[in-house]
Amino acid sequence: MKSPAFVVLLAAVAAIPLAALRAQDSAGGTTNVSISAEGEAVYRQICQACHMADARGGSGAGTGIPALADNPRLADKAYAIDILVNGSGGMPWFTDMLTPQQIAAVLNHVRGHFNAYPDPVTVAEVEQAIAAAGGDS
Amino acid sequence: MPAASDLTDQIAVPTRRQLLGMIGTMGGAAAMYQAMTALGHAAETQFTGPPVLSGARPGASVVVLGAGLAGLAAALELSRAGYSVQVLEYQDRAGGRNYSVRGGDRIVEVGGATQTCEFAPGNYINPGPWRIPHHHRTLLHYCKTLGVELEPFIQNNHNGLIHRSNAFGGQPQRYKELAVDFKGHVSELLGKALNDGALDGKVSAEDKEKLLVAMREWGVLDRNMAFTPSIALSGQRGYDIPPGGGLDPAPTASTPNGLADVLSSNVWTQMGFYFNYVMQTTMFQPKGGMDQIAAGFMRQIGAMVRLNTRVAKIAQDASGVTVDWTDNATGQTGQTKADWCVCTIPPPVLSQIELQASDALLAAVRAVPMNGQLKIGLEMRRRFWEEDYAIYGGHSFTDQAISQLSYPNDKFFQDGPAVLLGAFANGAGALQLTGMTPAERIEVALDQGSVFHPAEYRREFISGVSVPWSRMPWIQGCTSRWTDASRAQHYTNLVTMDGRVVLAGEHATYYGGWMEGSLLSALNAIEQLHQRATAA
Ligand SMILES: Cc1cc2nc3c(=O)[nH]c(=O)nc-3n(C[C@H](O)[C@H](O)[C@H](O)COP(=O)(O)OP(=O)(O)OC[C@H]3O[C@@H](n4cnc5c(N)ncnc54)[C@H](O)[C@@H]3O)c2cc1C
Ligand code: HEC
Repeated sequence: MKSPAFVVLLAAVAAIPLAALRAQDSAGGTTNVSISAEGEAVYRQICQACHMADARGGSGAGTGIPALADNPRLADKAYAIDILVNGSGGMPWFTDMLTPQQIAAVLNHVRGHFNAYPDPVTVAEVEQAIAAAGGDS
Repeated sequence: MPAASDLTDQIAVPTRRQLLGMIGTMGGAAAMYQAMTALGHAAETQFTGPPVLSGARPGASVVVLGAGLAGLAAALELSRAGYSVQVLEYQDRAGGRNYSVRGGDRIVEVGGATQTCEFAPGNYINPGPWRIPHHHRTLLHYCKTLGVELEPFIQNNHNGLIHRSNAFGGQPQRYKELAVDFKGHVSELLGKALNDGALDGKVSAEDKEKLLVAMREWGVLDRNMAFTPSIALSGQRGYDIPPGGGLDPAPTASTPNGLADVLSSNVWTQMGFYFNYVMQTTMFQPKGGMDQIAAGFMRQIGAMVRLNTRVAKIAQDASGVTVDWTDNATGQTGQTKADWCVCTIPPPVLSQIELQASDALLAAVRAVPMNGQLKIGLEMRRRFWEEDYAIYGGHSFTDQAISQLSYPNDKFFQDGPAVLLGAFANGAGALQLTGMTPAERIEVALDQGSVFHPAEYRREFISGVSVPWSRMPWIQGCTSRWTDASRAQHYTNLVTMDGRVVLAGEHATYYGGWMEGSLLSALNAIEQLHQRATAA
């Protein structure tokens, strides 16, 4: 093994502990990325990253990312709302990225366009689920 | 309900009170700094050397799932302690997120989109980890002992650029100018507040005097405590005519930007960024690519690692652990039996695999989704950022989805193609880019990155690759997402050995999002395992 050109930093280096420890490696600034209010566009801008443009999902090292199209579980709108508000496994919660309006709009797109469930998700239902989860949206 | 947000924020012009609040924060940090230096040190990571595991039972075996840094470190230390170790890894390479992409490498996404990297030989991009703080003692220990050569990572480049769409008419500005101007204006304001007596109830007369001196010196104010152009100030923010020699003209002062413009740049977010414990210099990167760390481990324990092996089921009973797997290359299925198991499979995947464990552990695994960052590497014909902009390594920041450019930290001044980081997107910006085709992502990166280097960016571009972490089949994310509530409810359950299985990895540490955390988690996991194995 080659000897590494490396110097161990034995000297303890003083550091400035700020209250907010930066938990993860991340970019050094803040971005202004806007998200549409409209369900189809929210799907394209956010959900399609994982569930794919055709909402057919895809396979991975586990079962992969589920299809949202023709998905019988989404008949239960309370289930669909719960998934977006609280997350589930690899599916993150979206309450800190999307407003209740956007969540309702995208669920209506998913349940109406990629499936044919007629009963709309209302903003009030999303807000209730958020409140039940202990948030103030 | 998650409280923390890693997402977008809006620019708001701070009120006077907010401004003073910011100053207070900086004063607090400075005061804290004094206190810490007086003590001689600040706490570093909880590493005092790898655990000494003695007395392993002869023949005791461990199966390690996943060959990222957590799995590799667990395997190395357990084998040193005398355990018989087998590592099962899904991908055709070891390292996991410890990954570099070079010419010829293929990137296959969930959904099937496939890219082949076309970079010139020797060029690479680190799509995951890329920087190592000087206080990550565990990682530095392994780099040193595994012969991984490190070089500086240029973290803070004062000559980098800052762009915000609605500041300075969209024209990027040099970090040093904005940071010096911010400091100067804030000093001037605090000086005014002090001289107006606005803080008389808050600071003693003696401290007031000291603060006035500090503001004048630190802010480079004039004798009237005003932030005005001067040669002294240009000594920080740069000159209009820089110093020359002989009969060259004398230097002339540059003019600072006005307060409103400086505030609209949000430069304090970058200044604050560099104050973060994990973002402070000195920082390192392995020479030749981050994956040299995994390569270092593999030189030691490569023979124990079975690649292309997809773990499908993890069962345990009183006598041992049984792992079912499928060989990705041949389709062959098999089982590996061992006495104990260290599982480092990331939660989004692990939650989709049959795992025989307590309900508490299973619930914990389901409670940790991941952030989905995205990085883009762009190969350019020449180092125009060095040649035309005097930017050598470090970053330029923007409020667009790409979030930043980062310039290569090695091979300065060389001719020929070089690779820069054309996007490190997170939050909604990352998801928007991830949802595009690879070609569309490169187009957006070129478009957004052109604000910094308009004449050169597209002209010198050769090729690019993107790594959308949410679509990497073996992880479906990048860094784990804990909240205070999920930590309180699930963390201890997640990291406590459950029968014969113990979890480790980036999700199983308070130091999430850093290789250091993965290693600390692995070392703690094998200590738990060893304790149980020797007590049994
Ligand atoms: C964009 C980004 C930037 C980062 N920046 C930094 C940085 O600058 N500095 C830093 O220190 N850290 C950084 N990190 C964090 C760092 O990458 C991680 O903490 C660390 O590499 C994770 O190691 P691990 O072993 O815990 O997990 P991984 O490396 O993810 O290893 C898990 C392994 O499990 C395998 N696996 C998955 N499913 C299966 C299966 N079914 N069967 C078998 N094997 C399976 C995977 O293929 C993988 O190899 C960054 C991460 C990202 C994504
Ligand atoms: C970071 C990747 C990611 C993103 C982005 C994402 N999802 Fe998911 N989603 C997943 C994963 C992974 C699952 C499966 C979780 C599991 O294994 O339980 C899932 C599951 C779901 C489910 C439950 C499906 C079922 O069959 O039970 C719904 C509904 C859903 N997602 C909707 C959405 C919507 C709507 C959006 C956009 C607002 C979205 N998702 C964005 C990854 C993602």
